[in-house]
Amino acid sequence: MVPRSSNAPSPSPRRSPRPRAALAAASLLVAVASATPSVSPVLAADPLEVRVARLTVGGESQLPLSLLDSRIEDPGAAGAELGLEDNLTTGGFLGHEYALEHVTLEPAGEGAGARGIGGTTPVADPAEAADAARSLVDAGTALLLVDLGARALLAVADAVPEALVLNVRAPDDALRDADCRANLLHVVPSRAMLADALAQYLAFKRWDRAALVVGRHDEDAAFADAFERAAERFGVELVERREWTREPGARRTDSGHLTEQSEIPTFTRLPDHDVLVAADEGDEFGEYLAYRTEDPRPVVGTQGLVPTLWSRTHEQWGATQIQRRFEALADRPMTPRDQAAWLGMRAIGEAVTRTSAADPETLRAHLLGTDFALAGFKGVPLSFRDWNGQLRQPVLLSGERMLVSVSPQEGYLHQFSELDTLGLDRPESACEAFDP
Amino acid sequence: MIRNRSRTPVPHALAALATLALAGALAGPATAYDVYVSNERDNTISVIDGESLEVVDTIEVGQRPRGISLGRDGDVLYIATGDDDRVEALDLETGRVIHNLPSGPDPELMAFGAEGRRLYIANEDDNMVTVVDVDTRDKLVEIPVGIEPEGMGVSPDGKWLVNTSETTNMAHFIDTETLEIGANVLVDTRPRVAQFTPDGAEVWVSAEIGGTVSVIDVESKAIVEKITFEIAGLRPESIQPVGIAHAADGERTYVALGPSARVAVVDQTSFEVLDYLLVGPRVWNLAISPDGKRLFTTNGVSGDVSVIDLETDRVIESVKVGRLPWGVVVRP
Repeated sequence: MVPRSSNAPSPSPRRSPRPRAALAAASLLVAVASATPSVSPVLAADPLEVRVARLTVGGESQLPLSLLDSRIEDPGAAGAELGLEDNLTTGGFLGHEYALEHVTLEPAGEGAGARGIGGTTPVADPAEAADAARSLVDAGTALLLVDLGARALLAVADAVPEALVLNVRAPDDALRDADCRANLLHVVPSRAMLADALAQYLAFKRWDRAALVVGRHDEDAAFADAFERAAERFGVELVERREWTREPGARRTDSGHLTEQSEIPTFTRLPDHDVLVAADEGDEFGEYLAYRTEDPRPVVGTQGLVPTLWSRTHEQWGATQIQRRFEALADRPMTPRDQAAWLGMRAIGEAVTRTSAADPETLRAHLLGTDFALAGFKGVPLSFRDWNGQLRQPVLLSGERMLVSVSPQEGYLHQFSELDTLGLDRPESACEAFDP
Repeated sequence: MIRNRSRTPVPHALAALATLALAGALAGPATAYDVYVSNERDNTISVIDGESLEVVDTIEVGQRPRGISLGRDGDVLYIATGDDDRVEALDLETGRVIHNLPSGPDPELMAFGAEGRRLYIANEDDNMVTVVDVDTRDKLVEIPVGIEPEGMGVSPDGKWLVNTSETTNMAHFIDTETLEIGANVLVDTRPRVAQFTPDGAEVWVSAEIGGTVSVIDVESKAIVEKITFEIAGLRPESIQPVGIAHAADGERTYVALGPSARVAVVDQTSFEVLDYLLVGPRVWNLAISPDGKRLFTTNGVSGDVSVIDLETDRVIESVKVGRLPWGVVVRP
């Protein structure tokens, strides 16, 4: 054995010659010694200022169909705030300062939004969103968390090509496909990822005949399309796709259940199936399905067993800690939009920490590089796909009261990362904006 | 099951004789020791006899026991029971919890100061390290650190406490005299365990999500090496370094690699990874026997403890314990 010497000749590492001297020298840069680190970091003469803005739309969201869910004004804002706090703590040790500005646009219309990511919600005017982004970037804030629908999001990305735009809301697959943008990275999973996560689980359960019921909004059809694609990929047979066309009435009525008890069995008279898939992002009828279907079948999709970025039911891989920290801050459970905003802030924070830079170009390069690893309480490092800017991540499968599973399911192999069995893989995506 | 085992050498000699009779051969009387394992899911501590490698006792404790540390006289085991927000003091003679320490919320890992009186506790929920005097049972101070404090290591000379913060991704060097942070070293994502080398010159910090072990020179507080791991046929995401155990003779270090079900054998001087030993899935923490001949690993998913012979680097036994075994310490 080699005896350890405590009187090394120099303050440099005691063992020499050091085979990896270059790495040692590089690593020296990241060590920061300071007596009172949170107050006056010694290394940075001028603290690095990192300015982030979160762009969303105001207006009242629709009342949730279940009485157990409360209406939350601006879900996502508190998630961004928690991300800011976490970044400030790390930044305090390194001399990095973070600021977060909230910009709320006036509502200009309505869309279904994505359930679990929002419910039926107001939609912003794309031109107004673009103007707001332009003003922010002109005023020196070029890191944007955008909590808007696909049209307004694209308008923002196109208005400020020099900015780094993080999508924390829109699940639309086209944004990861032909409509991708080089300056636009996606923190939230796409519908294809959610549908693949669900279909993998159905295949694992051998529930391989699915009936699909679809709501009246474009978003519902998009979720249904994503499920059809996923079903084919993972060997689930689609026995029928049926449209739910009834206009939603009042969400709170006396004796309302009697209507559903007669309506739903008729509506769900479908060819033989193992599982009923709801595509109802607007939360207009999906909650009515369970226990009322003609055949006793589990409900999955946008209601029932839901594939999602986040759920209060999730506590593994240290998630308990962020759930508790969030509830201490916001006095309510963390929604998927909060988690997306937190991840967006943390992705920026992680890139700033590692590069000591705050400009969009440097941060984007780090986020898309192979050294980027984000801890997102899913047990594996999260990273961005360098072909379309999508954050690679496991997807939770949650029941109403318990977490049921996490996809990718075991056995779905991939030559690069098993996470790439969810969503548009490199050969499948028509995105060209990321080509070198 | 034997609960009130005497610590006199007699029963161990008898056990040794019994083993001799059964096995037919034994090189010589081994040093007697016990292995304590916290079972996170079962709310119990399993006691394994170091010679027979059998579970000789299972002791019920508070909820979600994870970090465990042996008191300075070897007669009390301190157990961080996170869901009960306390540290329990388990009398090892009687197998009973004799008192609780004011730990702060959700304690996870702990380390004793070199004097054996101060217990440093990481409060995962609270971004604090709580310092408790185990004799007076008073909380002395809370030290603010990064988000989600986790790993705790004290240098052999007692001067430095290193705490890791999982979301801030740092190793915080806390001066144990002033109880203030003296330096912060950025490491890879989700740092878990900090272990000083036996000579105190380095502290090794594992990064679970980053997949590396950073070797930090204590004098300069600089990272002098980043150890990476590669196992043929395994995806990189499954290689998640957590527990670290340095052999006292300065030759080798063992690193638990989580879901990959492997323990890496690393040369303490050249940092070269020499071998990967197959244990159980979600291998979390490690402990080396007092004679330096055996390594014990907690395998969370398989619910057992692997016993590795360090002379041959072979897994010689798998001991079934409770559900989700987490912490492990050896009591000489």
